[in-house]
Amino acid sequence: MIPYGEVPLVSCRGLQFKWPGSDATLTMDDFSVAPGERMFLCGPSGSGKSTLLGLLAGVMTATRGEVTVLGVPLSTLSASQRDHFRAEYLGYIFQQFNLLPFLSPVENVLLGCAWSPVRAHRAGLTRQAQRAEALRLLDALGLVAQLVERSRTGSLSVGQQQRVAVARALIGGPQLLIADEPTSALDTDSRDAFLRLLLAECTRHGTGVIFVSHDMNLARHFDRAAALGDYPSSQMVA
Amino acid sequence: MNLLSLAWKSLRQRRTGVLLTVVTIALSVFLLLGVERVRVDARRGFSSTVSGTDLVVGARSGPVNLLLYAIFHVGEATNNITWKTYQDIRAMPEVSWTVPLSLGDSHHGFRVVGTTTDFFVHYRYGARQALSFVQGSEFSDLYDAVVGAEVARQLHYKVGDSIVLAHGLGGLSTALHADKPFRIKGILAPTGTPVDATIAVSLEAIEAIHVDWRGGMRLPGRETSAESTRHMDLTPTAITACLVGLNSRLSSFAVQRAINEYPDEALLAVLPGVALGELWHLIGTAESALRAVSAMVVLVGMSGMLTALLAMLNERRREMAILRAVGASARTVFALLVVESTLLTTLGAALGCLLLFGIVAIGHDYLLAHAGLVLELAPSSSEWGLLVAVIVLGVLAGAIPGSIAYRRSLVDGLQVRL
Repeated sequence: MIPYGEVPLVSCRGLQFKWPGSDATLTMDDFSVAPGERMFLCGPSGSGKSTLLGLLAGVMTATRGEVTVLGVPLSTLSASQRDHFRAEYLGYIFQQFNLLPFLSPVENVLLGCAWSPVRAHRAGLTRQAQRAEALRLLDALGLVAQLVERSRTGSLSVGQQQRVAVARALIGGPQLLIADEPTSALDTDSRDAFLRLLLAECTRHGTGVIFVSHDMNLARHFDRAAALGDYPSSQMVA
Repeated sequence: MNLLSLAWKSLRQRRTGVLLTVVTIALSVFLLLGVERVRVDARRGFSSTVSGTDLVVGARSGPVNLLLYAIFHVGEATNNITWKTYQDIRAMPEVSWTVPLSLGDSHHGFRVVGTTTDFFVHYRYGARQALSFVQGSEFSDLYDAVVGAEVARQLHYKVGDSIVLAHGLGGLSTALHADKPFRIKGILAPTGTPVDATIAVSLEAIEAIHVDWRGGMRLPGRETSAESTRHMDLTPTAITACLVGLNSRLSSFAVQRAINEYPDEALLAVLPGVALGELWHLIGTAESALRAVSAMVVLVGMSGMLTALLAMLNERRREMAILRAVGASARTVFALLVVESTLLTTLGAALGCLLLFGIVAIGHDYLLAHAGLVLELAPSSSEWGLLVAVIVLGVLAGAIPGSIAYRRSLVDGLQVRL
């Protein structure tokens, strides 16, 4: 769709964010991510990490500056256009509690393309095909089909839930995956295994990754690492 | 995945709280519709207390007053109609039938009506239903009595029982017509009208028990036995009121005017429908009070739902953030909560209707027998209106947590605040 190397996946220019009702301002460095690139962002809490992710996902809007995704400046879109756009390009993984407990694991995965006709189409032409793709993804992430089919979402372990979350983020092949400390609830062994599976699937889909964590040990898995909050320019200005 | 199934699954997950909310709504809808049903049916029952009668005639007073003492047996007549006048009315060419009513005696607080057997033929209530007997038949002997359903139920009477009437309405034991006891000949089926609380005897019987009385006092030293009374002339000299049926309803006003202008005696003829309407107007405030109370009950039910939705909102921030992350707009989040409250209200309303239907179906006969209330099984048109109003209210109530979630999801972004 977008030729590799020509248009950056994400680029931020002169980003500034002012919280409504307060004087605190967050200024962020310019940065860009190439299609398929894996970027590690190290950000301690309070570094404006959540705000940056909100801006990248288009759920928040910058006070100044511009976020451009796939060549589209987000500020040119209306709120509902941004919502549609987000559904198309972005897969998002939360720190934990990623799943809706009242949906089955497979339904949770399919939720990833519920608001995106493009991703739904890419995942499969029929509901059965989409379901099969969801099961394939889960299988690739190391979840046995039997387990997924049989168990309730609530009875999955944290590691299993995070894998279902990855499957949801990746179904229909979005261009960008944002992971907000998805490994913080996992122990070291399962953390590395989880990360390998995650990155392997992203490579397979050609999906670019912005991975946020405070654990610098993970940086070695990525093409590039950057730190939020260490920069003099990305501090909170009261 | 559409919004409806998402909302449904989410509700199913929280089924205990949701069930309580639905039950709260169901109970308030049940109460609202129940009160409305009772109100409408009581009014209908009331206005059809006398349905086949064209005119009620009594001594001149007010229309409501006449109706109260002649039909509802409340209060006392100011004056009587002479027997001759009654005969004159009876003889009018437009008049098809008349039923005399002679009041003034009682039995354990229930009024005694002296009348003729025409009463059982011509008296109609509700949808022109005639009186019917559950036991026995109309009176034939001088000392026969027919009791209403309520009288029989409260005093445990059956056909063949002997009763003694009391003079006047106070039920004082000193003024019993103990020398002339009556035998119960028949028991009427419940009607939901004042007839249920009435004891009917013949006009001649009223004369017979009063042969030794003048001006409300027993004449000292005179004791005509029950048997010897049978051989006396028992033609009444006066009656309290009479019901009149006409050959044609068209002549109602002409006959009414003729009676009101009767030269020999001050009479009043009223159209029962008109007078009943006036009377209902008097008790209309009680009606509005009932409505106000049930409206408040619905508001309480709705705020219960609102509380439940708002309380659940905090636990659901995560759910909202996930939905936002997969591309749902803030409006979708809003819509989700409105759909939820609509589902809850609709379920509650349906359950409330079902509850009302069940209770009316089960309690129909009991209510008729014990409260004199005839309830319809089918909802009235005003109930549909109320039901729509409740559901609209539910949708509006959902807009409150909806807009909170909407605003939050804009502020929170993709953060999960717990």
